[in-house]
This record gives sequence, C-alpha cells and structure tokens, in this order.
Amino acid sequence: MKPALFAYKKVRSLPEAVTLLGEQADARLLAGGQSLIATLNMRLSAPSLLIDINGIAGLDGIVHKGGKVEIGALTRHAQAERSDMIAKHAPLISRAMPYIAHPAIRNRGTLGGSIAFADPAAELPACLLALDGEVDTTGPKGKQTIKAQDFFKGLFETALGPQEVLTAIRVPAATTATRVGFAELARRHGDYAMVGLAATARADGKGLTDVRLAYFGVGAKPVRAQESEAALAGGDVDGAVAALDLDPPDDIQASGATKRHLAGVLLRRVAKQLMEAR
Amino acid sequence: MSDHALEISLTVNGEPVNERVEARKTLVDFLREDLALTGSHVGCEHGVCGACTVRVNGEIVRGCLMLAVQCDGAKVETIEGLSDSGAIADLQSAFEERNALQCGYCTPGMLATAQDLLARGGVPTREQIREHLSGNYCRCTGYHAIVDAVEAVAQVRAGEKK
Repeated sequence: MKPALFAYKKVRSLPEAVTLLGEQADARLLAGGQSLIATLNMRLSAPSLLIDINGIAGLDGIVHKGGKVEIGALTRHAQAERSDMIAKHAPLISRAMPYIAHPAIRNRGTLGGSIAFADPAAELPACLLALDGEVDTTGPKGKQTIKAQDFFKGLFETALGPQEVLTAIRVPAATTATRVGFAELARRHGDYAMVGLAATARADGKGLTDVRLAYFGVGAKPVRAQESEAALAGGDVDGAVAALDLDPPDDIQASGATKRHLAGVLLRRVAKQLMEAR
Repeated sequence: MSDHALEISLTVNGEPVNERVEARKTLVDFLREDLALTGSHVGCEHGVCGACTVRVNGEIVRGCLMLAVQCDGAKVETIEGLSDSGAIADLQSAFEERNALQCGYCTPGMLATAQDLLARGGVPTREQIREHLSGNYCRCTGYHAIVDAVEAVAQVRAGEKK
C-alpha cells in the first residue's frame, strides 16, 4: 500500500520541532523512519504532518564523559555498530547491534527512534533497561532525564509526552569489572526476536554481583527477571532458569510455553557470557 | 512552509534531477514512476524483503522506507547506475553462471547488497555473506547459489582464485 496524504517539514532546531508538535496534535517525528514509514505504507499510521528532525545539528554524537556514555538520538545503528567508543565503553550495545534488522536498515535506523518507538521485541529498549540507562528529552517544559525503568510504560507506550523529543540516551561506561551478555532467537537473522535477553553484571572475585537480566519479546515491554538475577549472582544457573517468572503471551511467532522454554535456553547462553572474563 | 508536495534536487546515477514530488512518495516509487528507473523493485513495502535496495550517499537503504523528499541534495544510485558503471559486472556474471537467480525479482537488491559487503574488502565467510544478505528475500533459489556466487567473486577480487 501507499501512505495517505501528509505534509512534510524539515526542521533545523529542537524548539522548531517542539513548536510544530504543539501546533498539530497528530504530527509525527521522522528520524530514521525504519518503523514509521513502514506503518505509513500500511496506513497503520496516518499523521497529517511529518516533522523531519534529521537536519537538527548535534543530535548524533557519541560522547564518553563522567563515567557515562551519551549517544545522540540521531545516531544511526550502523554508526553505533562501527563505533570504537561504544565497543569499548558500552559493549552490550555493541554486541546487540548486529542483531538489529539488516545492514540497509541499520544505515538509516536511529538509536533514539528505537527507544522512543519501544517495540516490545526490539533489542535496544532491553539493553537500556539492563544497563540501568536513561534518556534525555526536550519539550515545552524544557529538558528532562528519565530512567529506563520509568520510561517504558507498556505496548509501544513510553513516558515521552506528545510534545517531547527524545534527544539522547545515556548509559554507565563499562569498567574492567563489567560483564555483559546478549542472545536472541529469531526465525531469520535480523528479524524481531521471538525471545531475547540483554544482561549486565559486575565481576566480584569468581562470582557476579549486580546481575540485571532484561528480556524482550516476552511481554508488552522489556521485563527484568529479578528472581533469576539473584540466583545467577549466587552462581546457580539451574536455579536461575527455574526461577524465571516470565509469563509471555502467545503471539504470531510462538506460544507462551515455547517462549518460556526459550527464555531458559537464552539464560544459560547469557550466563556463560557473563562469566567469561573480558 | 510545510507542504504536501516539494521541489527536490538530487543526483541519480550521476545525473542531476529536479522534480516536484508528493511528500508521501517513497524513494523507490519516485525512481520507478517519475524517473522510469524500474530496476529497483517493490516487494513488501515495509522493509522486510529488500527488493527495493538502492544506495543513498554511498550506503545501501530500503527504497520503500525513505521518502523521496528526504533525498533532497542526496546522491542516489540504482541498479541501473551500478550496472552501467561496470562495477558489478563480475557479480552479475557469477549470478548468471551459477543460476543464482530464477525469476530475477530479488536480483537488483541482492546485487546491491552483495556489492556493499564486497566493497569492504577481504573474503567474507559464508556465514558473513548469509548474514549480510539476510534482509533480502529470494523465493526461488534457496540462497545456496547466491552465496556461492558472492563467495566466488570475493575470492577472485581478493586475488585468491581466478
């Protein structure tokens, strides 16, 4: 199908974008467009105005400062995939990147767009949650910073207000003790995951502490498996699998029971990654 | 002013193009309908099949997931340009020799994506070739012949085989 009629405006500044969002209630921001344009083509979405933010300068930098890595919202997936800074200081994001769609889509898709869209089967929202990261937004009331755990609200639903623009994400920079793990199962490489798992931990002697397991594709938003985190911190992989308290609904990809089983398979794979020295 | 149609200037296969396009027109529809460059194909129209793959500013993109108006000032290359330049002549021959196509619908996107991988240099593993082409559906060949063709060209370009 083809998109319904809409107007298009390329803006050069954040205030311009925020003002336009306020003037036209059903306007949508166009960043990478790799989800938005697909929904326009299928007429699942029919905004009257697209506000193209690709021309706003300064939204695509990757900066390491104050123990954190800040990634501008317009950073393309391909840019993040190639970034030495992200590989070194945010290795979980680096590890997840090849699983996100396909090269042609990673050339356009943006990190900010993935987070703001909040697809429940997408990799980056789960990574942000596992990393205990945060997002920066700009709106009519100025700038705000929102923790990942407060940002993802439900199915494609976030704390982002109708007139707010996500401008950056920020995650703690990895230290020598940081351990990360990532695995997902999809029918075709690059497709949305049936089930996926992003994880972080801190090495503590021979064991792990601060284990954070964020599953995706198992509910309306990325979810942590906190019982399993505690078991894994105690070195009990079997116990961690047994403690998985996920309740994934059936979907087009797999039944809830299959997804529960696969979540355990992924947990074993990721546990191994977490226990490897970097 | 925001509008439903805008003037755009870009280069397509090296030639300057100035057109007025509807904001809602995707890049691939613009190339096919306004410029009669029908080598880029329209398959799924939501980014899954890869038949519409073209290059924008040197990078492969989905022609169905970019709007023509976003290409104002851009350098667009289609399979027609890639083919005419001779840059993929070896890939095209290898596809033909190994029956890496049957109906040919996926072939322009497949060639553009394969060229993108080969341009990085070296000889990718079969696994890397499969991963790079994972976003391009072929419903005829079963992919083996395509992977064979891409691998063979990589080896020749790297001077490993003749």
